[in-house]
Amino acid sequence: MSNTFLMGCGAGFSGDRVDAPLSVVEAIAASGKPGAIMFETLAERTLALGQEARRTNPEAGYEPLLAELVGPILTTCARHHIPIVGNFGAANPPAAARLIRRLAEEQGLPELRIAVISGDDIRDTIDLDSLEIWEGDAGLAGPSNEIIAANVYLGAAPIAAALSKGAQVVITGRVADPSLALGPLAAHFGWDWSDWDRIAAGTLVGHLLECGAQVTGGYFADPGYKDVPRPETIGFPLAEVAETGEMVITKAAGTGGVVDARTVKEQILYEVHDPAAYLTPDVILDVTDVDVTEIGPDRVLVRGARGRQAPTRLKATVSFPGSWLGEAEISYAGPNALARARLAAETIRKRLDLRGLAVQKRLDLIGALSAFDSEAGDLQAEPMSDLREVRMRLAVSSPDKGAVERSLQEVLALYCCGPAGGGGVRSRLQNRIRTVSYLVPRNAVSPQLIFEPGSAA
Amino acid sequence: MSDVRVELHEIAHARAGDKGNRLNVSVIAYGPEVWPILLEQVTEERVHRLFRHRGATKVKRYVLTKLQALNFVIDDVLEGGVNASLNVDTHGKTNSFRVLSLEVTVPEEVLSRLRQARRR
Repeated sequence: MSNTFLMGCGAGFSGDRVDAPLSVVEAIAASGKPGAIMFETLAERTLALGQEARRTNPEAGYEPLLAELVGPILTTCARHHIPIVGNFGAANPPAAARLIRRLAEEQGLPELRIAVISGDDIRDTIDLDSLEIWEGDAGLAGPSNEIIAANVYLGAAPIAAALSKGAQVVITGRVADPSLALGPLAAHFGWDWSDWDRIAAGTLVGHLLECGAQVTGGYFADPGYKDVPRPETIGFPLAEVAETGEMVITKAAGTGGVVDARTVKEQILYEVHDPAAYLTPDVILDVTDVDVTEIGPDRVLVRGARGRQAPTRLKATVSFPGSWLGEAEISYAGPNALARARLAAETIRKRLDLRGLAVQKRLDLIGALSAFDSEAGDLQAEPMSDLREVRMRLAVSSPDKGAVERSLQEVLALYCCGPAGGGGVRSRLQNRIRTVSYLVPRNAVSPQLIFEPGSAA
Repeated sequence: MSDVRVELHEIAHARAGDKGNRLNVSVIAYGPEVWPILLEQVTEERVHRLFRHRGATKVKRYVLTKLQALNFVIDDVLEGGVNASLNVDTHGKTNSFRVLSLEVTVPEEVLSRLRQARRR
């Protein structure tokens, strides 16, 4: 395809492989084609934790691994005119900009044009009583007092505007993940924001790329059924996008992983409910007419995205303190391991009762039955193989931190009081952060674009 | 030609995603020959039965003919979701393979061809 734009992805979540961006950037640079790289590092919890961090340290609140992700590629990107777009600003985009400014100065890139997009943080202005709860959270109780974070999902237009003004790095807080790709694409091709089918195509590019390796062989291998070459060096995705919105999903030559119809199909439907109506701030994407064609090794042509007018309201996620979560585990191995683990679970149940610990609880036998079971243990009655290693797990939840701590101590006490041969007790205590999503009218949201002071004019 | 009973895992692949208390699981045919089997045997009711014990209130199946894929949306199945559940897998992501454990009936020849193709 001539006149293509190479959209790449360097991270699919906070905690992704930090060495992944390099192959993407090098491929774009070597191609001689225009391109950009996106970073998606913002889960709900990350944003809430960032907000909490910022309260005690005004320079904190952005993606903790930002320097490791962006440092190694900054110079190559600047030299080859490859803009970097990321939501790694999290709860503190201006501080993230200052970090990138320092990296740029260290690397001899004076006046690098760094744009900051804000307006997603509505914590101080949000009035929950005036807003409708998002339908998927209907029935959930909203926050009773303290709000940790409240962020509305911004769309692609501010990102495109920043790039049109020559931004070399665009730092955002909460935006819709696909917007991180749509912004560069719309800016490059000059797409009209109401050209719904093109906006839909750009959104599909973003949706396929937003989880990084998930479209190039990550979260895919099933040995003997779906094999992935060299999973330790999976190449992160690149989309070769035409002005029409057609895309070829691929990855850098020489990297591990695989791109084929199977990997692309799994990612098309990831986190999608009604495939005719995937809502983003930019468009309503319909993938029911999408076709997926392998056109070469690790090259998949994707066509047929359709779009309808974007929703009139934007989704906002509000985070607030939840209960305390405690988890504790102990292992049993060798002959009669399952019976000993079962006895440990029974003993813990009785201990929690007789100590009067009124906590919400769950007991698992990891190895025999855990992830698929209900909290009440409905599947425990089914026959279990006689395993040689089982990890007994207790999980408890309560607003009362002390009750949770005392419950976890009971598992530790199994070292001396419990069944024979128990080992490897680990426990963890965590304050949960709950979220509820609301719908905010568009006209109540004002995205802002500012260039970090050291940027060239 | 006789039929064999196997797990759905033999003829389809899947991926799960979560949003709040809602899980979606895609089920994608490994080849055109098994697509009719998916349509006929991997029903809303059978998927719902896999998750009733977790409190699932509703299952909706979407059919994507061009992708030869089904998309199941399962409501109220994650014990409140990632921020509330006590499950070791709070996102419910392992459940793609619970769906793949569903038993299906497949003509022996079709299964054999699929397995051969895999070995190449």
